[in-house]
Amino acid sequence: MEVRVQNIRKEFSRFPALNDVSLDIRSGELIALLGPSGSGKTTLLRLIAGLESPTDGTVYFGNEDASRKTVQQRNIGFVFQHYALFRHMTVLDNVSFGLTIRPASRRPAKAEIRKRALELLDLVQLTGLEKRYPAQLSGGQRQRVALARAMAVEPNVLLLDEPFGALDAQVRKELRRWLREIHDRTGHTTVFVTHDQDEALELADRVVVMSKGKIEQIGTPDEIYDTPNSPFVFGFIGQSNILPVKVENGQLVLDGQPIGVSAQGEKDGPAQLYFRPHDIELLDGASGISGTVTVTRRVAGTRHVELDVSAAKSKVEIELPPEKVTSDHSRLSFRPTRWKLFRETA
Amino acid sequence: MTARTASLWQFRQPSVIPGFGLALGVTLSWLILIILIPLSGLAWRSSALGWSTFWTLATDTRTVNALRISFGTAFLAALVNVIFGVILAWVLVRYRFPGKRIIDAMVDLPFALPTAVAGIALTALYAPNGWIGSLLTPFGIKIAFTPIGIVFALVFVGLPFVVRTVQPIMEEIDKEVEEAAATLGANRFQTIRRVLLPGLAPAVLTGFALAFARGVGEYGSVIFIAGNLPYVSEIAPLLIVIRLEEFNYPAATAIAAVMLIISFAMLLIINTIQAWSRRRYGYGA
Amino acid sequence: MAHDAISSRTGNTETVRIATSESRLARYGLIGVALCFVALFLVLPLAAVFTEAMRNGPGEFATVLADPETFAAIKLTLLVAVIAVPLNLVFGIAAAWAIAKFEFKGKAFLTTLIDLPFSVSPVISGLVFVLLFGSHSLLGPWLQSHGIQILFAVPGIVLATVFVTFPFVARELIPLMQEQGTSDEEAALSLGASGWQTFWYVTLPNIKWGLLYGVLLCNARAMGEFGAVSVVSGHIRGLTNTMPLQVEILYNEYNFVAAFAVATLLALLALVTLVLKSVLEMKYSEQIAASRRH
Repeated sequence: MEVRVQNIRKEFSRFPALNDVSLDIRSGELIALLGPSGSGKTTLLRLIAGLESPTDGTVYFGNEDASRKTVQQRNIGFVFQHYALFRHMTVLDNVSFGLTIRPASRRPAKAEIRKRALELLDLVQLTGLEKRYPAQLSGGQRQRVALARAMAVEPNVLLLDEPFGALDAQVRKELRRWLREIHDRTGHTTVFVTHDQDEALELADRVVVMSKGKIEQIGTPDEIYDTPNSPFVFGFIGQSNILPVKVENGQLVLDGQPIGVSAQGEKDGPAQLYFRPHDIELLDGASGISGTVTVTRRVAGTRHVELDVSAAKSKVEIELPPEKVTSDHSRLSFRPTRWKLFRETA
Repeated sequence: MTARTASLWQFRQPSVIPGFGLALGVTLSWLILIILIPLSGLAWRSSALGWSTFWTLATDTRTVNALRISFGTAFLAALVNVIFGVILAWVLVRYRFPGKRIIDAMVDLPFALPTAVAGIALTALYAPNGWIGSLLTPFGIKIAFTPIGIVFALVFVGLPFVVRTVQPIMEEIDKEVEEAAATLGANRFQTIRRVLLPGLAPAVLTGFALAFARGVGEYGSVIFIAGNLPYVSEIAPLLIVIRLEEFNYPAATAIAAVMLIISFAMLLIINTIQAWSRRRYGYGA
Repeated sequence: MAHDAISSRTGNTETVRIATSESRLARYGLIGVALCFVALFLVLPLAAVFTEAMRNGPGEFATVLADPETFAAIKLTLLVAVIAVPLNLVFGIAAAWAIAKFEFKGKAFLTTLIDLPFSVSPVISGLVFVLLFGSHSLLGPWLQSHGIQILFAVPGIVLATVFVTFPFVARELIPLMQEQGTSDEEAALSLGASGWQTFWYVTLPNIKWGLLYGVLLCNARAMGEFGAVSVVSGHIRGLTNTMPLQVEILYNEYNFVAAFAVATLLALLALVTLVLKSVLEMKYSEQIAASRRH
C-alpha cells in the first residue's frame, strides 16, 4: 500500500523531534530512513506505525487518513531492534499471535492460522523450530521470527526499526541480503530505519537521509551517493574531503593559486569544495592541489594516501591505484574530477 | 583431562582474594550454632517420638483442624495479595499520582511494624465495635474473631512480599514487547492478559509462595483478631504454644514437624517450577 | 528557525491514545482500587494505633508509659537489639564475603540454609530453643545443675531473636556484593593492600549503604519480634517482657489504652525505619539496588 506523510511535526515536551516532514512511499517500495542518532528517523517510523501521534500533520495509507486510527487499527507490521518476542510463547505462537487475537468474526480457523504461520516460518527459513521458545534461538533467528510475526497479519506496510542493529557483523550481512529477497518475493511496502549507510545503500530502492528532524535528501542510492545535495549528505555518506576555496572568474582558487578546475556559472566568493577520495586525477608539476604525503595505507584494491595540504592548513585523503607507490614526505599534486561547491549560509 | 580431574576434587576455585577461610569459618560456625543445632534438635525430638505416636499426635482432630485453618487462611490471603499486590505494583510502576512516594514507602509497613502491634490495630478496626467492624455489623458481617479475621491479618503481613517481588520485574518490562502486541492488533486488555501477565507469572508465583509461607507461620498478628476458637479459628502456631504451656512437648513437636515438612515441600515444588521456567523461557524470578 | 509551538498546534495530539497505556477510566479505576486497599490494610491500622492510644488524652498516655514494667520492657527490648544486631552484622558480612567473592562447592545450599529462618514460623523458632534448653531436654538437667538459666531469661530471648533476624544483613549484602564482583578488590590487592586494608578501604565503602539498609531491617525485626520471643520468655513481668510482649499482656488485661500506648512506641520505630529506608533507597538506590527484592 502507498503511504504518504504530509507536513508532519512532532514535539516531545516542546523539543521538536520532527519538523515539517513530508514523504511519499510508493506501493511495494523498499525505503531506508538513514541518519545519525537524534535525526528523527525512528520517530518518523513510529509515527507511521501509530506508536506516536503527531503534533501536526497527517499520515495517509492509500487515500485514507490513518492519523486518527490507533496502532491496532492501522494493520501494520513492526519489527523492533531488540526483537520484542513474547518469551513465554513458542515460535509458532509468536507468529500466530496477531491472528489469534482477532475478534471471532475476522479470525481464521485454528488450522488455517497454523498453516499460515508454518508457511511464514518456511519463508524465513525456520522450518522445524516452531516448538522452540525465543530463549532457545540465536539473535538472527529471533529477528527472523519477529519478521514472520509482523508479516502474519498481512500488513499494509512493513516497518523495521534498526532491524539488524543488535546483531553481529556476519549475521547482519547475511540477513540484509535475505531481507531483500523476502521483499522481492512478497512485495510488501517496507520502510526500515538504519544508521548504517552501507545497509541503506545496498538494500533500499530509495534512501531518505535525515538530520536534525528534517529530511535532507530523498533519492536512489546512486543519486544519494553521486549527487548529494547538501554538505550534510556529502559528509554523512561515504568518504569526503573538504577544502576552503574561492571562486574567481569561473576558476577555483586555493590560497591564491588556481587549482585547474573551472567552475563556470558559479558566483565569485568563498565556498567549500567537497570531493570524494577516488574522484581525483594526479597531475604533474606544481599545478592543481599539492600536498605532502603523511601516511599511506593499502586497503584491499586501492592505496589510501593522506596529504597535508599546507595551502589550506588541512588534510585530505585520496585513493590511488595500488601500483602507484609514494614515499612519505614526497609531494603530490592532484585535481578533483567530480566535486561540489557549497556556500556558507548563515 | 588431568585439569578436569583436578577441578573435580577442588573444593573452591582459586582466587587472589583473601579471607575465605575466616569468612566461611565464621559463617559456618554461626550457622551451625544458631540454626542447625536447634533445628536438628526438633528433628531429633520428633523422630524420637516413634512413627505411631507421631501419627497419633499429627492426626489429632484439633491439630488437623488447626493445620487446615493455618494453611487454608494463608492460601486465601496469598491469593488476595496476588490480586491486589499486582494491581498495587502496577499502579506504583506505571502511573503518576500525588502521594505515590508515600504509598510506595507504606507498602513496607508490614515488614517494619511489629506483628503484635499489627494484631491489636487490625482488631481495633475490624472488631464488631471497631472502626470498620461497627459499619459492617448491621449487615451481619463479622470479620474479627472469625477465620475471615485471620485472612485479614495475613493479607496485611503478606502484602509486601507480593508487591516487592513483582515490582522490580514490572519495572524491567520491555516497552517494545507491549508495542509489538499493539502493532499486531492486540487491544490493551489482550496485551495485558496474553503478553504481560504471563511474563510476570514467575514473579507472581514467587510472591505468592513467600506470602503463603509467611502466612502459614504467622502468629503475632493473628492471635488477637482470630478469636482462637478450637476447631474453628485456632491456628497451628497457637496450638503449638498451647501445647507448650501444657508441657505437652511431644504434641508441640509433632505439629511443628508437620508444619515444617509441608512448608518445605511447598518451597521445593515452587523452586522446581521456577527452575523449569528459567530453563524453558530463559527467565524466572 | 523559530517555530511558534502554541499557535501552530491544531489539536491533533491526544486523538490517538498511546498504545502502551490504559484508558483514563481504567487508570483511575486501578489507582482507586490500589489506594482503597492501602487505606484499608495499611493506613487505617496505623492510624488506629495512635488514636486508640490517645483515647483518654495525652495525660493518661504519659502515665502509662511511665509505668516501671513498661520501662523495664523498653530497656529489655533495647538490650536484646544491641546484642542481636551486631552479632548478625558480623555474621552477615562474613557470609556475604564468602558467598559473593568466592566460587566453591555447596554455595547454593549454603545460601538456602541462611534463608531458612525466613520459612520457619516464629513460634517454631522459639520452640526449637525450648526443646534444646528446656527441663526435658538433653542439656536441661546439666544447665540446671550449673545454675545457668537460658530459657525464660534474657539469654533465651537473645538467642531466639538472633535466630529470627539471622538472614537480614546477609540477604541484603550477598546480591549487592555479587553484583559488584571482585575487580575492585583485585585492583586494591595488586596495588599492595593487605586483606584487611582492602576490606576496610575498598569493599566497605562500596557496600555501606546496603549494609545500613540490612541493619535497619534487622533492627526493626529484632525489636518487634513477638512469636519466637513469646515462646522462650516465660512472660515474667518486669524481667523477661519485651515491648511486644508487654503489649500483649496489657491488651489481654483489657488495659487497651496502655497496650496501644506501648504499641505507639513500636509504631514510631516502624515509621522511623520506613523513613530511613526510603531515604536510603532514594539517595543510594544504585548502591542498594540488588536488595529491592526481599
